[in-house]
Amino acid sequence: MSECVKFSFRGQEIVAEAGQSVGAALIAAGHRSWRTTRREGAPRGVFCGIGVCFDCLVVVNGKPGRRACLTEVLPGDVVEPQEGAGRGELSC
Amino acid sequence: MSFPAEAAEIAVLGAGPAGLAAAVTAASAGARVALIDAGTRVGGQFWRHREGDEGVGHHDWPTLVRLRAGLSRVDVRTRHAIWHVERADGGFTVHTDRGEIACRTVIVATGAYDRQVPFPGWTLPGVYTAGGVQALVKGHGVRAGDRVVVAGTGPFLLPVAAGLVDAGAEVAGVFEAGSPAGFARSPLAVLANAGKLAEGAGYLKTLLRQRVPYRTRTAVVAAHGTDEVESVTVASLDRQWRIVPGSERTVACDTVAVGYGFTPQLELPVQLGCETRLGADGSLVAVADDRQRATTAGVYLAGEVCGVGGSALSLVEGELAGLHAALTAVGAEPNRDTVARLLRQRKSLRAFANAMHAAHPVRPGWQTWVDSGTQICRCEEVSVGTVRSAVKDLGATDARTVKLLARPGMGLCQGRVCGYATACLVAAECGREPTAADLDGVAARPIAQPVTLGDLARG
Ligand SMILES: Cc1cc2nc3c(=O)[nH]c(=O)nc-3n(C[C@H](O)[C@H](O)[C@H](O)COP(=O)(O)OP(=O)(O)OC[C@H]3O[C@@H](n4cnc5c(N)ncnc54)[C@H](O)[C@@H]3O)c2cc1C
Ligand code: FES
Repeated sequence: MSECVKFSFRGQEIVAEAGQSVGAALIAAGHRSWRTTRREGAPRGVFCGIGVCFDCLVVVNGKPGRRACLTEVLPGDVVEPQEGAGRGELSC
Repeated sequence: MSFPAEAAEIAVLGAGPAGLAAAVTAASAGARVALIDAGTRVGGQFWRHREGDEGVGHHDWPTLVRLRAGLSRVDVRTRHAIWHVERADGGFTVHTDRGEIACRTVIVATGAYDRQVPFPGWTLPGVYTAGGVQALVKGHGVRAGDRVVVAGTGPFLLPVAAGLVDAGAEVAGVFEAGSPAGFARSPLAVLANAGKLAEGAGYLKTLLRQRVPYRTRTAVVAAHGTDEVESVTVASLDRQWRIVPGSERTVACDTVAVGYGFTPQLELPVQLGCETRLGADGSLVAVADDRQRATTAGVYLAGEVCGVGGSALSLVEGELAGLHAALTAVGAEPNRDTVARLLRQRKSLRAFANAMHAAHPVRPGWQTWVDSGTQICRCEEVSVGTVRSAVKDLGATDARTVKLLARPGMGLCQGRVCGYATACLVAAECGREPTAADLDGVAARPIAQPVTLGDLARG
């Protein structure tokens, strides 16, 4: 039904379906966590799945603080884990 | 008046069932309508779907097809996250991460998100909100795990479990903390909405076929694992949701889907100064009258922001809001019979929702499942013990003060996840029931969606 999209995570190639979020594609590929928390360094991945909780933050093409559950995966994306809240340029 | 001629007469914020119905109705009545949503497609949570997905496994899909066809006269702005709405001369300015939209009238239809209570281990990867698991299946065709425990309270657990079964997962059990037999106390409300019961029966049939255990008065009271969830402790609950001693047992699983109802998404109504109150389910809801008018002039509300009640009620409220907003904006008189029918439907569906909420209350006993080290705020990693000591040792008497002293709700999610539980915990520590003021104290957020500093600078 859908086209494939190839992207990399921790340097490894992952094949996703077009239109999937980075978070969904990572989960489909067997990854459950890709962020560590600021204080305790605890592992986190998707929790709410709809952009509410910010547990799923990830670095996409060098930009930290992307919500994996909302960010559509695009061909050639380079995805890396994120340490901490990576507030970066986000304001809230 | 400086209202710009090219602007929308009505801006509808949120394109779920409520927003879609509102936009299509108002446009049919002759108003110039902009429909704004952060998502890539219209449909909201109920009709969340992927490109090429034409309704497999969705309920009431023909309604979405009809509403989408009605959007030809609507200025649809998907992928626009709204972070602020302010009053401007003659109307409002809606600020999104892709620019501003001026309008005369707004209809807020921003829906709701999963309500959570903490338990030891709920921060482990592999523990998801029930809605999040549903969003993965519906929106992305991905099942969150292979062996899944579904837990919490409310009828929403059933479509989540059935959706997982259909996606090929093994559901290790559905653990409903409430006792839905309470439904029988509202026979009239239930009989008037037989369709809903049929939907529920359909899900139950799927679960029975797969021999999925369904237990009531039972909860997941802890999740275990080192880097990921590996098992949960399940226990029977008494009437107040305290653990029945000796009833604990371990269930192996790689995934937990948990949800204790929903919390209306009220940032925008609160920003606009709309009055709120405690809803039938104990969540904060925005106050709307029979025309779906908020207490703030020029603002209409539709769907779950007025209280969680499902998609059918959201559709009815959306239509009512669209009709009355069009009356205000362009003087289009709504048909009286239509309005009377919609009000009858609203009453009946709201009665059903209230019966459902009465059968699925969140009882304070969950506070006995947590220990002082259990995190309540996932973002700032604030523990239950820290919140309790802000009350006991530092003398805080409300959740807002606790937030300032101990930082729950101060992280990136701004208390969206922990706000409800924190308000309940603080109230209990102070020896009282949570009130609307408690929830209000954790609901005010000057920015509805986090945006980049660049967006902010652009205004
Ligand atoms: C994750 C999740 C999954 C659900 N799945 C189901 C299900 O499968 N079946 C079921 O019966 N019920 C489901 N529900 C319950 C569901 O919320 C309602 O039944 C129904 O969708 C409510 O309609 P609504 O129009 O009020 O809100 P919603 O459908 O929630 O629509 C609100 C819309 O507003 C948008 N929005 C919110 N804030 C902003 C903002 N600041 N900027 C831009 N856009 C914004 C959202 O993107 C969303 O599209 C789910 C709820 C959640 C939270
Ligand atoms: S999982 Fe909650 S914001 Fe992405």
